[in-house]
Amino acid sequence: MSRYVVRRLITAIPTLLLISFVLYAILSLAPGDPLSQFAANPAVPPEVRDNIRRSLGLDDPWPVRYVKWLFSLAQGNWGFSFGSRMQVWDLIKLRIPSTLAVVGIAYLVSLIIALPIGILSAIKQYSVFDHVATTFAFIGFSVPTFFTGLLLIIILSVKLQWLPFIYDSTLQVRDLGSLGAQLKQSIMPIAVLGLFQAATFVRYTRASMLENLPQDYVRTARAKGLAETNVINRHVVRNSLIPVVTLIALSAPTVFSGALITEQIFRVPGIGALLITSIQNNDIPVIMAITFTFSFLVVVFNVVADVMYGVLDPRIRYD
Amino acid sequence: MTTTTVTAQDLVRLPTLTERALRRPARSLWSDAWRQFQRHHLAMAGVVVFALLLLSTLIGPLLWHTSGESIDYGAGLQAPSLQHPFGTDDLGRDIFARALLGGRVSMAVGVVAVIIAITLGTTVGAVSGFFGGRVDSLLMRLTDLFLALPQLPLLLMVTYLFRDPLRRVFGPEVGVFLLIVGVIGVLNWMPLARLVRAGFLSLKQKEFVEAARCVGASNRRLMAVHILPNTLSAVIVAATVGIGQAIITESALSFLGLGFPPDVPTWGRLLYDAQNFLDLAPHWAIFPGLMIFLTVLSINYIGDGLRDALDPRKTQ
Repeated sequence: MSRYVVRRLITAIPTLLLISFVLYAILSLAPGDPLSQFAANPAVPPEVRDNIRRSLGLDDPWPVRYVKWLFSLAQGNWGFSFGSRMQVWDLIKLRIPSTLAVVGIAYLVSLIIALPIGILSAIKQYSVFDHVATTFAFIGFSVPTFFTGLLLIIILSVKLQWLPFIYDSTLQVRDLGSLGAQLKQSIMPIAVLGLFQAATFVRYTRASMLENLPQDYVRTARAKGLAETNVINRHVVRNSLIPVVTLIALSAPTVFSGALITEQIFRVPGIGALLITSIQNNDIPVIMAITFTFSFLVVVFNVVADVMYGVLDPRIRYD
Repeated sequence: MTTTTVTAQDLVRLPTLTERALRRPARSLWSDAWRQFQRHHLAMAGVVVFALLLLSTLIGPLLWHTSGESIDYGAGLQAPSLQHPFGTDDLGRDIFARALLGGRVSMAVGVVAVIIAITLGTTVGAVSGFFGGRVDSLLMRLTDLFLALPQLPLLLMVTYLFRDPLRRVFGPEVGVFLLIVGVIGVLNWMPLARLVRAGFLSLKQKEFVEAARCVGASNRRLMAVHILPNTLSAVIVAATVGIGQAIITESALSFLGLGFPPDVPTWGRLLYDAQNFLDLAPHWAIFPGLMIFLTVLSINYIGDGLRDALDPRKTQ
């Protein structure tokens, strides 16, 4: 097992290298000029602009810059942001807490909602509950998150005026009042992301349960005289959740992409918002850092999913 | 049928399964699938809704004479009325007309992006599964690589960075259209490639392929005429659902302000413009949003119905 993990991690390295190269190439070959803000500014003479260009290392051809970028990354240095003259990592570090809080809680909420609904709806297949659940799940993953978000704002903030519609990141939780405010402003972003994710999980859990329910081992368990709750909880659910766990690992990185949109709707100043402004300013080091981190997450969670599959399902052997 | 003599025995004996199958009118694979599809009521409802939406975006702008471009500051942010069924935006433009026009762009993006993705996915999957060996492992590595690319961030990046040069070459609308459609297509072929590959791997071992090979069919003919039609159900389902996904992706891009330019009113762009007026003009966001939602929902139900209809295990 551990040998398999090590081997998977080693094969992930060339993939990541290739991805970083592709991303860097796209960014460098794009026609925009990172110094275009200065070009329009008459107060910055051309010599100064050239100096800035040199100081940012933009004089080298891009393959050279890529290799330099790679080496400094290997030493844990993401480089400097062109736009704000800050370390890229410092810039990202400021944004991580709000994104992680929203994404993490939304993911948890979606699991807490989706797993029981998916399981129940499979056990009571074709019941009213099942119909309602599957319909909602179907609708849930057909509504784009940006529409649910705007609808929630219209209903809960504009019409009912229960919740604030802009996320205030300067809010610090000091007492009960500010804790309440923090909860209030987090409800909508979490709900939008969580419900969308929950819809996918419900469908998947239900399908997986339905695949397991008619199997022989379930009949055996019943024939032994086990109580139905035991048959379901100890036998069917355990086996059905194996593919679901894999899906949970695989979709973790995509939730971050979903956060891009939620952050735009509710003006949460997270990683997604940082990515959008950096793209607009052609701030290559920051774009590179964020997109590469996304790919890194995808690759890592792929390995995690495969490994978990092996841990949970003893029929799978990695040798 | 020639003359048949009916004996008393025939009248009593129930027809066997084979006899019943022989007596019923001839059915083709497609009519079977259609029969099965009709039983899926929600899928049928999806077809109707989607057809209506498609027709209204195609013909609607010809019938609805209020312009979506004419600016009238006096009539800004009006609630829906008979004159403006979806209300007006901050410049007094008719949102109904804009939503119809925008629908054309959104639908076109969905369809063309899917055509690109399907072509790529089917080709890669077919070649990979048919030839196997080195080609297969190389193509599958490529598939894995594409799967690990962060889709939405990459889309944002590429459309924003390459928007201007393409706009200069092809004009503002066509340039951005080609760019968005191309990028969505190129980033979405991987799951289908895997499905088609799996189909080819199992089908190429079958006797009918061997027989065709013995008769002298070329590799290309084997792939296109003998094996590919058998994987078609996966392709059709993927294509249907893919249109909805592509429409969502395009809307998301425009919603983030990085898709089509402001003068092209796609559904996502309308939402982007509407989000600053949610308090004064909620209708501005609700109607285009509903159009996206209904389109995607009906497409997904059609996909669901097709999946059931084309699954040979479920037909009878």
